[in-house]
Amino acid sequence: MGNVNIVINDIKLNVPDTMTILEAAKEANIKIPTLCHLNLHDLKAVNKVASCRVCMVEVEGRRNLAPACATQIYEGMVIHTNTPRSVRGRRTSVELLLSDHPADCLVCEKNRQCDLQKIAADLGIRGELKYKGEMSTYEKDSSSHSIYRNLDKCILCRRCETMCNEVQTCGILSAMDRGFETVVSPAFGLPMVDTACTFCGQCVAVCPTAALTEINKVGEVWKAINDKEKYVVVQTAPAVRVALGEEFDMEPGTIVTGKMAAALRKLGFDKVFDTDFAADLTIMEEASEFAHRLQHNGTLPILTSCCPGWVKFFEHQFPDLLDIPSSCMSPHEMFGVIVKTYYAEKFNIKPEDIVVVSVMPCLAKKYEAARPELSHDELQNVDYVITTRELAAMIKEAGIDFEKLQDDDFDHPLGESTGASVIFGTTGGVIEAALRTAYEWLTGTTLENVDFVQLRGFEGIREATVKVNDMDVKIAVAHGLGNARKLLEAIRDGKAQYHAIEIMACPGGCIGGGGQPYHHGNVEILKKRVAAIYSEDKGKKIRKSHENPEIIKLYEEFLGKPYGEKAHHLLHTHYIARKKI
Amino acid sequence: MKKVCTNKLTDEKFKALDEFIDKLSYKDGALITVLHKAQEIFGYLPVEVQLHVAQKLDMPAAKVNGVVTFYSYFSETPKGEHVISVCLGTACFVRGAENIIKEFEKRLSIKPGQTTADGKFSIDALRCVGACGLAPVVMVDGKVYGRVKVEDVDAILKNYI
Repeated sequence: MGNVNIVINDIKLNVPDTMTILEAAKEANIKIPTLCHLNLHDLKAVNKVASCRVCMVEVEGRRNLAPACATQIYEGMVIHTNTPRSVRGRRTSVELLLSDHPADCLVCEKNRQCDLQKIAADLGIRGELKYKGEMSTYEKDSSSHSIYRNLDKCILCRRCETMCNEVQTCGILSAMDRGFETVVSPAFGLPMVDTACTFCGQCVAVCPTAALTEINKVGEVWKAINDKEKYVVVQTAPAVRVALGEEFDMEPGTIVTGKMAAALRKLGFDKVFDTDFAADLTIMEEASEFAHRLQHNGTLPILTSCCPGWVKFFEHQFPDLLDIPSSCMSPHEMFGVIVKTYYAEKFNIKPEDIVVVSVMPCLAKKYEAARPELSHDELQNVDYVITTRELAAMIKEAGIDFEKLQDDDFDHPLGESTGASVIFGTTGGVIEAALRTAYEWLTGTTLENVDFVQLRGFEGIREATVKVNDMDVKIAVAHGLGNARKLLEAIRDGKAQYHAIEIMACPGGCIGGGGQPYHHGNVEILKKRVAAIYSEDKGKKIRKSHENPEIIKLYEEFLGKPYGEKAHHLLHTHYIARKKI
Repeated sequence: MKKVCTNKLTDEKFKALDEFIDKLSYKDGALITVLHKAQEIFGYLPVEVQLHVAQKLDMPAAKVNGVVTFYSYFSETPKGEHVISVCLGTACFVRGAENIIKEFEKRLSIKPGQTTADGKFSIDALRCVGACGLAPVVMVDGKVYGRVKVEDVDAILKNYI
């Protein structure tokens, strides 16, 4: 290991020999187009199978063109990235991909977000396609509630496979068959619904084309809004407000809470509420459950349960450990049940007339909303889940000038929230929010500094010890299901001992969810969303869930005691051991 | 009664496969070796066998299925009582092997890699069997037929009906 001297497009560079041509070129501000390549450095998600052949460059002394993403540099290497030969090679690769790709860009789900479309445009591919031949066609898979697979549009970049196998360790998607017949699919061509897929949607988040997209619910939501008989309430997850702006070309990390509330009202929702309110409610229940387990020699560690991808993961992969996750429903489910009971009663609305729509950064939430046990009096707690992207599509469809909207507030009750609930949107946030409350309850003292900075960051697995009374409470945080697996295996083998663990399926937590605006492989966007989350928390007057006045009122008027009988009946759930296919 | 016998037979086959896997000194990278053995024991690799291998080797079923479908040697359908292998190597191909295999496909109403509904025949496409002098070559259960013409196909099949 050391530095080597290379020349790229006549620019001399002295760079570490571990670099690829692509990485070295970046140092010199030379852009080499890529398609299958993916490198989310901090999240340890790297796809460099060099399958698309789009990053081809010329290397002096080498007979053929080299894929820049997978070719390591060496001393004296002389590289040309924009010679006619390399550009021609690149264009041919893309033209060949297009020869087996439906050219329906205008009406495609990924129109203007498609990496293949962009690269074809950048390379000046216009008019009649050069190559024509057999097209591969597959049955579309709309079997699940979350992920739509249209493999006619797959370019075999294998990014989804890398996410599913290397990062999330779920192993659902793999390349099957060979040659022209090759297809990325679950085992035995099973529909997604019959697999152990967690529906985290990370495959969708990195798919460069429309081969993998969400199951779209926009049509149904419009229909509900326009149904005069229905009372349609909407709730928005913490991570949506720090990413929605990106869909309207705003700077990543822009907080658009006020504009979002205004837009939702303009779309015609009867009430605009906040999942953050329910996040505070979750903390009341989860912190009580934690305190209860601590004081009564209950099962430890307690694992957070607000992430439905993570819940499905442990049901499939760790069916022997179903007693350690918290029994708390996720915030938007708690919200749904509270609307259809407390709110319905208070405002004299028939629960069956209420339609609850959740705007989530997540695809697994779509699946979660359909889980039969997450219902009350034969009504599902949540009726429809749409993603941040789908909400943006609705706002555009309605012709709302988002950027120019005046800030608006959420409706009340069920719209008030604290800083603790905001940080649910990022890795480490749920456990920090729980600690702010549990600490005060267990010690009976006021927590002056609410920032548990030791729990923050992007490291895959993080640990911290917090002194509560005389006790060292050991906390762990994991994001990304591969990291969750490591932690769970250590616990199962008795090698790790913690009191409480937060797990989020998606790298980065909800801000990196499968339903968020596409990051196109740019990890900086995720970091800016995290920064926005913490700044929103800092700006809140109340930063501890148990101090939320509307939550206090909810317990006084309706629920009784946290973790009490009524709360247990309405806000807690159970888990199901599932097969591992 | 018959069903019980088959189940017992299958149990024995799974036992034999497990013994093979348990004796392996390594499990990482053993997938192809195990699949070879499994196909030798079962004759082909049905879904249950692939799932069993996945479980034993602690790897995703999709990965096992990916390897099985990648290599043409592995078969997910049972082979027929008689396996008709048609060489499609260069020499056989230029001397009309394509027409021969098409004739077999037509006669038996199956494609290469498939087995007739009665379980009697399956067709395999092979690359060079090393008998180019006899091109085009057809093998049935190891018996070699050389310089086969389309009109010979009926006569060959009659030997096995």
